Amino acid sequence: MKKRYLVVALILLSIVSLFIGVKDISPLELFDLTEEKTQVMWIARVPRLISIIIAGVSMSIVGLIMQQLTRNKFVSPTTAGTEDSVRFGILVALMLFPNASPLLKLLVAFVFALLGTFVFMKILDKIKYKDSVFIPLVGLMFGNIIGSITTFFAYKYDLIQNMSAWLHGDFSTVLRGNYELLYVSIPLVIIAYLFANKFTIAGMGEEFAINLGLNYKQVVNIGLFIVALVTSVVILTIGTIPFLGLIIPNIVTLYLGDNLKKSLAHTALLGAVFVLCCDILGRLIIFPYEISIGLMVGVVGSGIFIFLLMRRKAYDR
Amino acid sequence: MKAKIGILTIVAIVLIAIFMSIDASGNWDYVLPRRLKKILAIVLTGAIIAFSTLVFQTITNNRILTPSIIGLDSLYMFIQTFVIFIFGSTHMTLMNKNVNFLISAGLMVLFAGLLYKWLFKREGQNIYFLLLIGLIFGTLFNSLSTFMQVLIDPNEFQVVQDKMFASFNNVNTDLLVISFVLVIAVAVYFWRYMKYLDVLALGRDQAINLGVPYDFVVKRFLIIIAILVSIATALVGPITFLGLLVVNLAHQVMKTYQHKYLIVGSVLISIVSLVGGLLIVERVFTFSTTLSVIVNFIGGVYFIYLLLKENKSW
Repeated sequence: MKKRYLVVALILLSIVSLFIGVKDISPLELFDLTEEKTQVMWIARVPRLISIIIAGVSMSIVGLIMQQLTRNKFVSPTTAGTEDSVRFGILVALMLFPNASPLLKLLVAFVFALLGTFVFMKILDKIKYKDSVFIPLVGLMFGNIIGSITTFFAYKYDLIQNMSAWLHGDFSTVLRGNYELLYVSIPLVIIAYLFANKFTIAGMGEEFAINLGLNYKQVVNIGLFIVALVTSVVILTIGTIPFLGLIIPNIVTLYLGDNLKKSLAHTALLGAVFVLCCDILGRLIIFPYEISIGLMVGVVGSGIFIFLLMRRKAYDR
Repeated sequence: MKAKIGILTIVAIVLIAIFMSIDASGNWDYVLPRRLKKILAIVLTGAIIAFSTLVFQTITNNRILTPSIIGLDSLYMFIQTFVIFIFGSTHMTLMNKNVNFLISAGLMVLFAGLLYKWLFKREGQNIYFLLLIGLIFGTLFNSLSTFMQVLIDPNEFQVVQDKMFASFNNVNTDLLVISFVLVIAVAVYFWRYMKYLDVLALGRDQAINLGVPYDFVVKRFLIIIAILVSIATALVGPITFLGLLVVNLAHQVMKTYQHKYLIVGSVLISIVSLVGGLLIVERVFTFSTTLSVIVNFIGGVYFIYLLLKENKSW
């Protein structure tokens, strides 16, 4: 898959995405839209497209960084407890400051995400048996535990349905004025790109990286910082999109290998294209209603993930 | 060893006696049969969960996994949410509890069976691989049920929410009888394989060296676990971390590797913690939260402690 094919696909799908919806707008009338249609365009459709692209790009890149740093192909925010920590953080923010501004919520969620991811890294250090399948298992169990603590408090304050509604990945609620927080992840993606080579070296192992003169601890911390912040931002504005950070980087490394600098651009593009595809499908299947992105990616993603696992097994033998 | 088991038995009996007699104020005819039913449900599920987690941890050689990891809990929630989503909560209350039990338990066993069959068809599969696939199915079921939970009416959601947490109230007598019969049948079947557990605890390679037909035995154990967990979940609802909590406690209390003691010990600890927990929930918190939420909370915190503190066991 060449990069330019992905770019073309992304542009085509973006155009398609802009013209799908209950309000019928055809590409031909783009230059003489009625007042109403212009508003639909600028308040709903364009923000939706932007948020899809940002979420797709940043979540995939975050997954790639995590996989580099842990040297395990099956680690991602879903399988390392990061997403569950963010949810816990959001709940805590809601309980302590009911009228919190989005920025404050983001801050609390981010602190929790960072803590959760650090604890997970700590656990990884202690695991002696580094079977590549075992590590995501530990991560998912760890996530379940944080989830159970969240449930404990959510149940007490009768917030369970609210929590699951807010945090279920869904683009249909994206409107101008409530998605702008997502822009926070753009500079983070750029930082990730600048640090790409260092992440690649860090991925070769602590001792090796230090031998090569890399400040290993600092690079890992920067990586985790990006991971935690991006995950918090995306979950707060869109909700959970399971498996996204897992499958996209895996597909890209299948044909590009482990050089982060090379694969970053592909990962970003493929992530955006994939989310865009799922979103368009979700909007068309039960038109005029829509299937949320959380469910679409959950179904498609788990299928692809199982396929990847099976394939890995086939190579092992 | 025997003394420890003796003490645990006495504690369990005392707690059960307190539970049966507290605040009865003379209405024995009314109180006793109701509480007896509840206690039987607790003893049965407590024993099943402790036992299946212990066996599961032995065959996976791992102290931090529970059988619900292969997605049975999520499947149960998915079935319940689906029924309420399609037919509405009135149907759910009208629907015969036996039918619901049989459908849920049947589907869970079927799911586990298909999963095993599909994965074991290829020889030499890693057991962690099986678990990971199960977990992914769990996430899939979760996405599906969350999607439906977001859409349904808040009143209906209350019914779903009740199903999310294990409850020992209103357990049907018929179901108890069916479950007891099933569990006894499974126990009889298990008896023949029990001797392998101590050897399996040494790890796969050692066990094969010592002449255990490893794949054969592990498959049998996995099937037994799937049936037992399905029964317990369909009977009272999901309690994810109870098994983790009690089995690890049993290991710490009993300090042995002989499974005949470990099984008895963990079953007793499980009963003690469930009955004790229920007493605390009913008398101290006066029902402001459910037992399974508390068990999951305590189990979860204890588990994080285990992960960070005790790295030598795995």
